Amino acid sequence: MSNDIYKVKLDNIFEGPMDLLIHLIQKNKVDIYDIPIALITDQYLAYLEWIESMNIDLAGDFLVMAATLTYIKSRMLLPVHDDEKDEEDPRTEITRPLIEYLQIKSVAEKLADRKIFGEHIFARTPCKADLSEESDKLYIHVGLFELMEAFKNIFDTLSPEHRVDFSEDRMSIKDRITEIIEILEEKGSVIFCDLFPEESAKSMLVVTFLAILEMVRLNLLRIVQHTPTGVIRLFYI
Amino acid sequence: MTEELKNIIESLLFVADSPLSPDRIRKILPHAEFSGIKQAIDQLCDEYESRKGGFTLTEVAGGFQFRTRPEYSEWIKRLIQPHPTRLSKAALETLAIIAYRQPIIRSDIEHIRGVDSGGIIRTLMERKLVRILGRKEIPGRPLIYATTKQFLELFNLKDLKDLPTPREIEALTDTK
Repeated sequence: MSNDIYKVKLDNIFEGPMDLLIHLIQKNKVDIYDIPIALITDQYLAYLEWIESMNIDLAGDFLVMAATLTYIKSRMLLPVHDDEKDEEDPRTEITRPLIEYLQIKSVAEKLADRKIFGEHIFARTPCKADLSEESDKLYIHVGLFELMEAFKNIFDTLSPEHRVDFSEDRMSIKDRITEIIEILEEKGSVIFCDLFPEESAKSMLVVTFLAILEMVRLNLLRIVQHTPTGVIRLFYI
Repeated sequence: MTEELKNIIESLLFVADSPLSPDRIRKILPHAEFSGIKQAIDQLCDEYESRKGGFTLTEVAGGFQFRTRPEYSEWIKRLIQPHPTRLSKAALETLAIIAYRQPIIRSDIEHIRGVDSGGIIRTLMERKLVRILGRKEIPGRPLIYATTKQFLELFNLKDLKDLPTPREIEALTDTK
């Protein structure tokens, strides 16, 4: 197969196998409901070979699609017996997700075409200081170092025997996040120190702390403190 | 009274920093009838619409907010330097999947797109367009995603029912 056909697409980076497949279907001007599977599979594989020759690391997703296409092609080659006539066209396995993906692409374009807030449409931005005095003055925002300081305090109050406690049942950060979410869903907010009971093992303290950091990163938490030395409280967003 | 009620609501809408829902207004005005509030809002919407001024009272994200008409964005941008949320094609696609299929887990998003989408979902969460609803009670307890109020505000949508309808896919050759 000649390389020329694919060279043109150098500037067009296909994000995934679906984009490549849609490109091939469009290029060959074929009906999506009646894909000439042998032709498309050949071109798809040729494209993969070409990418490989360019020394680009092939994502696994591209290979999965190649396997699917080859499988469908092989099923298309098998003769259909009379009693199997009702069976689904093997190509639906690929047609259905393709159509779903195209629909998503069409709505994504429609969304992009909308009048965007902050780009085409604006609203008044009232001066926050005048309006919500109490909410901003009531709390000060806590930085990473205050959090670490608070954590260190808890760590220091830990009795020595706990520090050499090698517990078997470890908890993952993910599980701890779920636990904290459950507490927050029930109460709405929780005091930082309450998440670190005194009898906790060291690993548990670390996991809890990492869980809190992760939750802040995921925008699940808001951390506030009344006064510079006051209680740190976690709020569920 | 109704004229007064309308004025009160107008003043609330004027100072509010995010879209005000009729429910929210009701909490501020407990003595007012819910139907009266809605009527007053409708009347205000009509008044601003017929005035054909620089802004309208727009229904967005389940509430109402004064928003400028898109025709005047050019001049507004000379006054303030906005930081518009620019979304890549991939981010828009992922956002569209979440918007139309929510609540949805990551593997279902990736199934539709055919590629890993973890990084994009994280970016969308940082921009507060997508949030975690909870966990699905299946093996692995994957996170469930949904769109936020900010998503509706950004795209000027009243609610999720206001989303554009997907186009029927017929001949692929004329979709570009």
